[in-house]
Amino acid sequence: MALDSKSDGEKLNFKVIGTRPLRPDGIDKVTGRARFGADMSAPGMLVGLVLRSPHAHARIKSIDTSAAEALTGVHAVVTRADFGAVENEATADVLDNCMAGDKALYDGHAVAAVAATSGKIAKQALKLIEIDYEPLPHVTDVDAAMQPDAPSLHDGRANETVPEGMSPNVMARHEFGHGDIEAGLAQADRVLERTYRTEATHQGYIEPHACLASMGPDGQADLWCCTQGHYMVRNTCAEILGIEQGQLRVTASEIGGGFGGKTTVFLEPVALKLAQKSGRPVKMVMSRAEVLRATGPTASSSIDVRIGMTKDGRITAGFAELRYQGGAYPGSPVDMGSMSAFAPYDLENVKTVGWDVVTNRPKQAAYRAPGAPMAAFAVESAIDELAKGFGLDPLEVRLKNAAREGTRASYGPTYPAIGLEATLRKAKDHPHWSAPLGPNQGRGVACGFWFNFGGDTCVSLNITPDGTVTLSEGNPDIGGSRASMSMMAAEELGIPYDKVRTVIADTGSLGQNEVTDGSRVTFAVGLATIEAARAAKREMCKRAAMVWGIDEEAVVWEDGAAKPAGPNAGDHEPMSLAEIAAIASNTGGPIAGHFEVNAEGAGVSFATHMVDTEVDPDTGAVKILRYTVFQDAGKAVHPSYVEGQFQGGAVQGIGWALNEEYIYGEDGILQNPGFLDYRIPVASDLPMIDTVILEIPNPGHPYGVRGVGETSIVPPLAAVANAVSEAAGVRMTALPMSPPRVLAAIQSENG
Amino acid sequence: MQYLSPNTVEDAVQLLASRTGECRVLAGGTDLLVRLRSGMTEPDSVLDIKRIDELRRITREDGGWRIGAAVPGAEMSENADLVSDWPGVVEAVGLIGSTQIQGRATMAGNLCNASPAADSVPALVAADAVARVAGPDGVRDVAVFDVPDGPGKTSLGRDEFITSIFLPARPARSGDAYLRFIPRTEMDIAVVGCAVSLTLDAAGTCTAARVALGAVGPKVIAVKEAADILTGSIIDAATLDRVAQACSAAANPIDDKRGTADYRKHVAGVLARRATAIAKTRAGGAA
Amino acid sequence: MSKIHVTTTINGDPTEYLCEAEDTLLDVLRDRLGMTGSKEGCGTGDCGACSITVDGRLVCACLMLGAEAEGREIGTIEGMAKGDTLHPLQQKFIEHAALQCGICTPGILVAAKSLLERNPDPTEEEARYWLAGNLCRCTGYDKIIRAVLDAAQDMREAS
Repeated sequence: MALDSKSDGEKLNFKVIGTRPLRPDGIDKVTGRARFGADMSAPGMLVGLVLRSPHAHARIKSIDTSAAEALTGVHAVVTRADFGAVENEATADVLDNCMAGDKALYDGHAVAAVAATSGKIAKQALKLIEIDYEPLPHVTDVDAAMQPDAPSLHDGRANETVPEGMSPNVMARHEFGHGDIEAGLAQADRVLERTYRTEATHQGYIEPHACLASMGPDGQADLWCCTQGHYMVRNTCAEILGIEQGQLRVTASEIGGGFGGKTTVFLEPVALKLAQKSGRPVKMVMSRAEVLRATGPTASSSIDVRIGMTKDGRITAGFAELRYQGGAYPGSPVDMGSMSAFAPYDLENVKTVGWDVVTNRPKQAAYRAPGAPMAAFAVESAIDELAKGFGLDPLEVRLKNAAREGTRASYGPTYPAIGLEATLRKAKDHPHWSAPLGPNQGRGVACGFWFNFGGDTCVSLNITPDGTVTLSEGNPDIGGSRASMSMMAAEELGIPYDKVRTVIADTGSLGQNEVTDGSRVTFAVGLATIEAARAAKREMCKRAAMVWGIDEEAVVWEDGAAKPAGPNAGDHEPMSLAEIAAIASNTGGPIAGHFEVNAEGAGVSFATHMVDTEVDPDTGAVKILRYTVFQDAGKAVHPSYVEGQFQGGAVQGIGWALNEEYIYGEDGILQNPGFLDYRIPVASDLPMIDTVILEIPNPGHPYGVRGVGETSIVPPLAAVANAVSEAAGVRMTALPMSPPRVLAAIQSENG
Repeated sequence: MQYLSPNTVEDAVQLLASRTGECRVLAGGTDLLVRLRSGMTEPDSVLDIKRIDELRRITREDGGWRIGAAVPGAEMSENADLVSDWPGVVEAVGLIGSTQIQGRATMAGNLCNASPAADSVPALVAADAVARVAGPDGVRDVAVFDVPDGPGKTSLGRDEFITSIFLPARPARSGDAYLRFIPRTEMDIAVVGCAVSLTLDAAGTCTAARVALGAVGPKVIAVKEAADILTGSIIDAATLDRVAQACSAAANPIDDKRGTADYRKHVAGVLARRATAIAKTRAGGAA
Repeated sequence: MSKIHVTTTINGDPTEYLCEAEDTLLDVLRDRLGMTGSKEGCGTGDCGACSITVDGRLVCACLMLGAEAEGREIGTIEGMAKGDTLHPLQQKFIEHAALQCGICTPGILVAAKSLLERNPDPTEEEARYWLAGNLCRCTGYDKIIRAVLDAAQDMREAS
């Protein structure tokens, strides 16, 4: 058959893509019927609870669980001794994070778990577990942890990139860039040197981690959990528990937010082990305090920047040294921070050095464009300060230096068609840019970049006998992806959107699927969906050819039907998808399309954000007055959900900029493990978040789609800081810009 | 744990007096349930006072108002006459938590929880409000200022509980106001709170004033110096400056996760200035 | 320890249950009655995901004991649609894409319904402050507020 070419998004005449149909899971989610992680139960189910370290750093000398085990109603107690060794270093760290070994490495680190017939009994049992701790010196600040004499978490784990003589908490060094920094700086009219700091923030999903596990003595196991990737859960749990991946079936619940924080496991291996030991299903649900104390916040950072600029706004060189602490294990996103710091700019001389540091804090987990927002905060603040210092328009300065198609990126590759310039031009022309400001008000802009990702993807598209379509995919629907997959399948098949039902398949039903990360789903799963639909179309054309007795190549698919085409095809009435489906049994059996790929060509994404703030000079309080997001979506499949990603990312960034932070006491204990004092933005804190979607097609996707989920959190930290700095009349270099910090800056500026 | 829900004050007093072990009084429960959940408190029983009808009423008394201990904040905000007489007190109560919290939280509970940052307490102290306490020896009235004893502690006996809070009659040309500072616009605990209640004469001179601060000491602070500055003044810009200085000086805060001591002292003055101006306007004074 | 017997009304249905004195009403709804539409996001009244009404008053189910529900009228998300007819707010939330993950949605809908019952014509600011106790981490609230205001307008025009 001959397929119409859909390689150039701009030339397409879409019927479904770009419309705003109702999401198929909408009714379940507005009626309370949708089942999230904690909403499942099983007959005979036990309740599992975790005992957590009250120390920031302590050697675990002994654990006595006998009294807990003896308590009536307790059916299993688990400690690290119940788990075998794990060979892979990264997975071994995951296990150690789920259940501490020789040492508790942070306040809240899991040290034991129980399963009992009720939560009340499980709580009593936790109190009966006796642990002999030897408290050790601790460190929670990244710069303090890099001092050579800092308390050490792990000796001898630094990799080969780390020079001799550094603190044992430095795990790795990363370096990117090209050109000659010193030579570039020498050409500048001004070289700005500043240090910027950001605090750790939590993904803040409203749904705490939850799972329901069962495991038989034969090793067969079932797991229900809220996760961004149930295939990852399967593989990780199987490795930790020493069972075969095929024996463990994982079903993803609806997921109540993740933002990267649900791309790893915390409870799941423990629940499976408790289920195995007790012979009963075990349900575990974290409290909010557990979520904040023990699951992934992002890294905190300390970043030195040196940027040279000519008085007409040309950046002559950019250098940044980034120090990120990623909690108690190696793997902070400083590598991605270092790669993304200068990614929006076309620079002759650019270099970044990143240091990965461990501290006595929970193991960081991915958080929406991991590593990039802090780096962008530093670089975009410095560029803003330089531009304003020369009296230049900060948007013009960015345009002057903007990366374009053909630019060699600071992290190596050469860009294909990208959308940064388009977002900047759109921003400059927008009424927001020229709107007047009042006293104590300031406007800030900043750019942001994210790589985006593809990865392993496997989908199956089945034509039912009545001519409807079921699409099975392996990525939890975290924000409307069922709708966008159904839309892409409907577009490709030429049938109405509501004829396609997308389901999230369990791990027994499809091949490997990468977690929902890297803004990959609409791109990669979408690409696979389109290809699966094309495979089904080929098969349907073949069936029609068979019925008509003509050559397969003489059949085309148009408007949801097979049609004869070409000089020798003959005159046949088109056969619709439903007509072909109805006779499938007589023409060779069921019709399906599937596609498996390690998707490449995700297409990088850029955004420009613009924000107005007002600062109360008496209290340091900051109010967000107006906010506009300009971002390249490649092609917006469902514009409402694209806008939603823009808005959600912007607001998370506002929270990070203004009030969210992990606060540790001198004792290394987290001071604010609750939504009362871990202050995410509330509805009354915000204005509407305006959005402008730009569509510069991604050549790597049949419809031109780029991921949109992560880029939107990259610019706001700097955009808000630039606006607050202007409103307050003093440059803010540390986040969060909480009222006491802003007031202190104003007071020190005014002497 | 046992759940007790008496229908009369007498039964409640008797239950409290006859209990062995710890018994916690449950009004709105918005603080107590958080403590129960976290294991911070593990009482042997809780005594729910919401089934006692007289504690659920807002009534006029001697030209003032008696607010039952089980009246949730939302009901106070919905009472237009009460709001008209004591706008600052009702605003202070209304600032406690979310809409959902307002559906349950009570002023008496806010007082007995004895948090130094309780929003309603400075407003009640500025209002010179009086708590009625029931116990085995009958009822007694005690100034609201004397109820909290320090963080989490009250002066009440273990078998006593508050049945109502009385807001006195308002002379003509009176006004009150409460302002608090929080990092967000809602859902935070006060970093500083400041309440002002004052009365003007026909010429606009302040004849009586009370000023109170929250979250800047182990318990609510009544700032007599600020009240003295206001009394007899026409509350001009210079007066406001002096009130602000007096409040900053009276504040005795600590550094914690919600703010530094220096910040709190400064903001105490800022809020005092602003709250005084609002109270003055409400009393009919020229802006 | 003996359990407490409670007789109450939930979404108009007479309901009896046994609970422990420590059980919150949210525990009862979710774990004893299988009504999992109300969510536990914090257990401390800070997120609003368990918003319900008690005798018409909006509250957090996590901040109320199950025992306290005796004789009360409880309203939950499960009672918001009438049969196969969605409440206008539910319909508008879907149309406006006012939910991404959906975990906060039941609580926000219950809270928004309570708002519109008291104030059929709220301003944007009034809606934002009424809903300040309902945390949403996905949407930035923009589409939620738009959906509430749009539903309010439709409901005013229909009445």
